[in-house]
Amino acid sequence: MKEVTVDATLENVDVIQGFIEEELENAEASMKAIMTVSIAVEEIYVNIAHYAYTPEVGTATVRYELQEESGVKRAIIQFIDSGTPYNPLAKEDADTTLSADERSIGGLGILMVKKSMDHVMYEFKDGQNILTIEKEI
Amino acid sequence: MKLNTSVNGTEVIIEMEGRLDTTTSPALETEINDKIAGITSLVLDMEQLDYLSSAGLRVILSAQKKMNRQGEMIVKNVNEVIMEVFEATGFSDILTIE
Repeated sequence: MKEVTVDATLENVDVIQGFIEEELENAEASMKAIMTVSIAVEEIYVNIAHYAYTPEVGTATVRYELQEESGVKRAIIQFIDSGTPYNPLAKEDADTTLSADERSIGGLGILMVKKSMDHVMYEFKDGQNILTIEKEI
Repeated sequence: MKLNTSVNGTEVIIEMEGRLDTTTSPALETEINDKIAGITSLVLDMEQLDYLSSAGLRVILSAQKKMNRQGEMIVKNVNEVIMEVFEATGFSDILTIE
């Protein structure tokens, strides 16, 4: 398991995505898998940067683990912050059937994460928000 | 992300290259807002775009709403990953994708 801890600011999204993309490249993931996972990483990290500690700044830790079993590789990525308890999975999904004019812009990020990852789990433990995503790569 | 914009009368074509994400989407928003007055056709060419997150979707949705009132918007040359993003979010139903 590898991990990176940063101040949870928007500017550090590049650090976090760079870390995960490099690990996925090392694992010889396809370009498509790298992009799909990286989009999910951006959505989750940016949520933490926007909301976890506002108006203070706190830290976010991102952990990466590669599991390999009978030729199948899975990336497991955890996002940990000590900010306001918040379960993004508890929110109702954005309505994707509305017309453009009726659409609002909220909730699309987490919806993309739910649809594109194989597993998404949230727990609040020891004062920390822990969001885990898993994806076969 | 690189943007290459061409204007032909009331049609504007914006070619995007690279990543449309939290960091880069404000540049696209500014470019669209600068060019949108009085046009009847906006083409977003995504041939060289390889990454799109919800920050980019917000800009695209905002452009679609504006163009609904003054003409049409067309999204062109969408790759597989970006098409999956459009489908997962229902954007494939509200955009004109060629």
